[in-house]
Amino acid sequence: MKQKKLTEAFGYLGLVLFSIVAVIPFLYMFSTSMLESSFVIPYPPKLFPTRINFDNYILAWNGNHFGRYFANSLIVVTLSTTFIMIISCLSAYGFSRLKFPGRDLLFGLFLFSMMIPSVTNITPIFTIMKSLKLIDSYFGLTLLYTGISIASNTYFLRNFFLLFPHELEEAMTIDGGTKWTCFVHLLLPLSKPALATFGILTFANNWEEFLYALIFIKTESKRTLPIAIKLFEGQFVSNWSLIFAASLIAVVPILIIYITFQKYLIKGGSLDGTIK
Amino acid sequence: MRRVSFGFSLCITRKEKKMKILKKSKGLDQWVQALPYILPSLILISLFVIYPLLKNIKISFFNYDILQNKTLDFIGFKNYKTLFNSNEFFISLRNSIIYTFFTVLGQLFFGLLLANLINNARKNQTFFKVVTYLPVVTSWVVISLLFRNIFSAGKSGLVNYFLLSIHLIPNPISWLQNVGTANFVLCLFGIWKGVGWTMLIYFAALQGISKTLYEAAVIDGASSVQRFYKITLPLVKNTTLYLLTVLTIGSFGAYIHVMMITKGGPMGQTRELMNMVYDTAFISWNFSYASAQAVIMGLIIFLLSFVQRKITREMEN
Repeated sequence: MKQKKLTEAFGYLGLVLFSIVAVIPFLYMFSTSMLESSFVIPYPPKLFPTRINFDNYILAWNGNHFGRYFANSLIVVTLSTTFIMIISCLSAYGFSRLKFPGRDLLFGLFLFSMMIPSVTNITPIFTIMKSLKLIDSYFGLTLLYTGISIASNTYFLRNFFLLFPHELEEAMTIDGGTKWTCFVHLLLPLSKPALATFGILTFANNWEEFLYALIFIKTESKRTLPIAIKLFEGQFVSNWSLIFAASLIAVVPILIIYITFQKYLIKGGSLDGTIK
Repeated sequence: MRRVSFGFSLCITRKEKKMKILKKSKGLDQWVQALPYILPSLILISLFVIYPLLKNIKISFFNYDILQNKTLDFIGFKNYKTLFNSNEFFISLRNSIIYTFFTVLGQLFFGLLLANLINNARKNQTFFKVVTYLPVVTSWVVISLLFRNIFSAGKSGLVNYFLLSIHLIPNPISWLQNVGTANFVLCLFGIWKGVGWTMLIYFAALQGISKTLYEAAVIDGASSVQRFYKITLPLVKNTTLYLLTVLTIGSFGAYIHVMMITKGGPMGQTRELMNMVYDTAFISWNFSYASAQAVIMGLIIFLLSFVQRKITREMEN
């Protein structure tokens, strides 16, 4: 009993250490964003704000059409996260629970395509987008995000789908279910934890995507948030307070999404009681 | 007698033919059933990954005009020869290997440790998960700027200030001005930014492990360390394999951290492979040479992942 308590205490100690290491840079960022304006790095560095002052946040929100870029990002990212999740779930199901000739070969191709960072193919991608008239459109950007991330997403979800015993599906088929009902009413509900994880990661990834958004969105009013932050950096070369304020605003939606969906990670998830 | 045997063999060939047709139509049926699920991803992957990949290989053997999007004259292996005779390639390769090795191992180790700690904690799971995930959700650009600031030379950099105040170092360190310390900072960045992500994936996997397994082990008198080695580790093997592949590929393809933290300095000594490709394409505007570099880079990553999979397969047997 004593040993158990000791292990638990060490566990918490470890967690607190991890948290401190994760949080300190943000504390520093937060307290710097509260300073009036710091064109040089303040000395001594401040971990805790000496005054509460949101001027920089107001300045950041109003400068460079930050608010509009924020809304644009929300549109693009919601659209592409939905698209990516639907298509990835479908193909992960196809590659894990269905049998067809050449399946493993095709999946090998998916794995292979994962291994080349898409940024290296930027030239041909540009010409394709141009010939399909997908430049400067959110739909085009969504298709591109989906295309370049689908291999690794399929791989990720397939790993989870493979965990379910075949007996579950067989039972459903005997009861007259089709593949589609198995997919929608059995596999998807059982994979909630994986889907929540996957959704959060996809949203976060797209939220910070920078290079493609910069290259493929030409109209200034259509641009997304990471570009706005980069613009801040260019304009106010070393005004760290303003840059950090803008950055912290950009973190908020991800945090909301993360805190909302993380509870599904705890619920469900185990196959306890589904099969004996 | 002859006729009978003839009839018999005919009968067999007919049967075989029928079987073959049946088999074929069965395969076709399976395809028809699977197609709605895999068709959208097949189309998108061919369009945005496979075709650009092939086109890229082609461009690397030609002089290329980006404005007209036209391959001009065939130049054979000229780009590849230039690449293998250049110093910058081997420096970038070295840096990529250092970065990948340390960040992948660090992320796997700390991620699994953290996921376990959180999974075993009875209270405040949510709090710890949100806090340790903060670095992941913040964009690369922002975190890189932050690291550049924290590790700045002089005594006002946060890290130097801290180390000086506990008298661990006599003078401020110029972290980003020396190749060794600069690479150290880059690796630290990779681990710090990525641990939350591996934690999340591992945590999801741990949730999938049936509690009854642990309960049974406790009844049998297994210690927590034994439970970790005998139950947790084998059951998250698939997840580890997935993470290993994805993290390796991700680390090799990373470029923003170098671009923003060290800017490749000092003297281009901390550039990684992707930075080399990026600079060649978007600073020197030499797309043909950049394509050759990208092809070699892709080959290296492919070989690496292949060897990884081979080794883990061998270990299974």
